[in-house]
Amino acid sequence: MSTGTTKLDVVVSDVVPVNELVTRFHFRRRDGALLPRFSGGAHVVVEMRDGERTRLNPYSLMGSPLDTREYTISVRRDDVGRGGSLFMHRNVRPGMEMVISYPVNLFSLDLRARKHLMLAGGIGITPFMAQTAQLAAEGGNFELHYTCRTASLGTYADVLRERYDRRVRLYHDDRDERIELDRLLSSQPLGTHLYVCGPSGMIGWVRDSAASLGWPTETVHFEHFAAPQPGAPFDVTLGLSGRTIRVGEQQSLLEAIEAAGVDPPYLCRGGVCGQCETNVIAHDGKFIHNDHWLSEEEHRSCKKIMPCVSRFEGRSLVLER
Amino acid sequence: MGITFRKETFRDDFTFKNSPEHIRRFPFPFQEDSYMYAVNIEPHVRGPKGSVLENLIDVDEHYVAEMQDRALVLAEDPLRCQSLPHMTLAGWDLLELLMEQQALGYPEHFTLTRDGDRWRWINRPLGIDDTFTFGDVSTLPYGPMEYITRQSQGDFCILDQRDGNLWMDAGMVTTQADWSLDFDIGMNFFEWHAPVPLAHEKGIFVRALKFLTNIQQGKPARRLNWTMTINPRLDTSPENYHKWGPDRATVTPENVGDKVHLRVELQSFWRLPRSNGIVFPIRCYLIKMDELVTQPKWARRLHRVIRDLPDELANYKGLTRYRPTLLEWLSKLDDGSPTSPGFGPD
Ligand code: HEM
Ligand code: FES
Repeated sequence: MSTGTTKLDVVVSDVVPVNELVTRFHFRRRDGALLPRFSGGAHVVVEMRDGERTRLNPYSLMGSPLDTREYTISVRRDDVGRGGSLFMHRNVRPGMEMVISYPVNLFSLDLRARKHLMLAGGIGITPFMAQTAQLAAEGGNFELHYTCRTASLGTYADVLRERYDRRVRLYHDDRDERIELDRLLSSQPLGTHLYVCGPSGMIGWVRDSAASLGWPTETVHFEHFAAPQPGAPFDVTLGLSGRTIRVGEQQSLLEAIEAAGVDPPYLCRGGVCGQCETNVIAHDGKFIHNDHWLSEEEHRSCKKIMPCVSRFEGRSLVLER
Repeated sequence: MGITFRKETFRDDFTFKNSPEHIRRFPFPFQEDSYMYAVNIEPHVRGPKGSVLENLIDVDEHYVAEMQDRALVLAEDPLRCQSLPHMTLAGWDLLELLMEQQALGYPEHFTLTRDGDRWRWINRPLGIDDTFTFGDVSTLPYGPMEYITRQSQGDFCILDQRDGNLWMDAGMVTTQADWSLDFDIGMNFFEWHAPVPLAHEKGIFVRALKFLTNIQQGKPARRLNWTMTINPRLDTSPENYHKWGPDRATVTPENVGDKVHLRVELQSFWRLPRSNGIVFPIRCYLIKMDELVTQPKWARRLHRVIRDLPDELANYKGLTRYRPTLLEWLSKLDDGSPTSPGFGPD
């Protein structure tokens, strides 16, 4: 099994600059057929062939799940990251053929909810674009609170206001507008579910506030892709295949294992799905765990690592791969 | 060509039988001479022509009779079909899946035509020709799950995925091996599996759940499970235990071949696209001992499996009472010679 998901051969049908940081990409199937249906909150993994290397980045689908003639994603340019978003911005043009994964949903709506309370920060708005479209079509009850740095960086704020009017509330950092979180969370009707997607600081703030106000954990949903972090190069021995490989500065451990021709399982490439969990056979050094899958205890045990986002510093590491 | 559907019953006079071709395609579940629970999950991809895996949703000669039996069960006990309010979208997902797969595999029997949301479904074996609006419950005679599972062989559970677990929030269950949807509705993966012996301790359910919650669209998986049933009865539910439980005491050396049936479930797992739920079809295949032992390899192997089965499993599967009589009968067909690896007959 060479990948975590079935793949789709697509062509870039449009590239639309949205504002100074964000660009939207449209994909259609190369054979002209409909793309698979999906549920609001799903993402696809986009394969980027950049010379010798292949980058695989997850992006939320932001179109309506009811219309799958095309998929759309929005990519925020990140000038200091590992370059996936820069590749999308600089190299991807209409007409280009690309490969993306089938949709995977790790941020699903809880359809039992009487009300869906959504909190978005910055580019974290994208999964809510699809979820609100899905709910609006079913007559679902939702309310969206969206914080952005400035009005001009409020990606799709205008579209959302036009579609849903008063169900969307905007907050601008440069005008010192803040979500009154405690008041918002203490005034919701029974049966409300809370969804948050944005920078990790915001996710932490919302989860902590919800917990301290007594929201049951199963009513609090968050989308938290940990982007793989660049770091110092390190060497790894793959115990099963008996090879030693080097993980480059701009490469994730998972990518390095794949580059060596080993096909480990994966789905999210963001430290949340658990698929890439790998046993540690031996180590002499320190783990840099960046995932949201293993428990703290497992992190301390040094017996497992999630190679899609985590790294290692030290003398030697042997993995069961 | 098309399938010739048998006229037969799964109750009262029990006229159910397999044709010779269906005996040969029976999904015999033992690939070696012993059996123990394991995480026996594999990709659900199409198999050889003429096998039960030729199509991912299998329709066979028992289709019409099974659908009639289901209608009888539902008339007596409507709680065999339940769907919690948040599961309607998943019901539409399932309707689409089953219509597409049945029309794809058996175009001479089923036809689906779509014009946007306007769908026309023709089911020739059951004499149905309905036009409806996809997504609009008022255009169908039943809810979407009930409508399509009254026309599809096997039981179906629809699981909602939340909090890293699966919840049995909808289902159509009329051909089950002694468990009840009405009892299990709303339960999670660990709760509904609680009665199963040994498997929890072996960590099977923890690993199976991790796998299932990651099942991807377009990548279904499957596993086989088995038990035994006295008389070819599809509905062996706890609700009707008084009707079938006593049958276990009626097995004699003379009637083993006719009364004792191996019951195999081909279970598959599919991610549903709109709802992000999972559907779990449980397709039940029955074969009486007289039919099974026409394949000498199966006879020898079944003897060894039943002989060496741990008592906990034999008890759980309800075999204990007639196991000695069955073993005595099967032992005469086992000359001790080796069996070839794999499921198929020699
Ligand atoms: C979501 C999918 C599944 C559903 C809805 C399901 C449902 C059930 C139910 C209702 C029972 C009967 C329990 C009772 O006695 O009341 C059962 C039994 C069992 N299940 Fe599952 N199951 C699922 C997936 C799995 C998987 C993936 C495995 C293992 C790999 C598994 C292993 C078993 C075993 C070993 C038994 C005992 C069966 C026997 O010995 O006859 N199940 N399951
Ligand atoms: S691929 Fe999902 S956790 Fe690593």
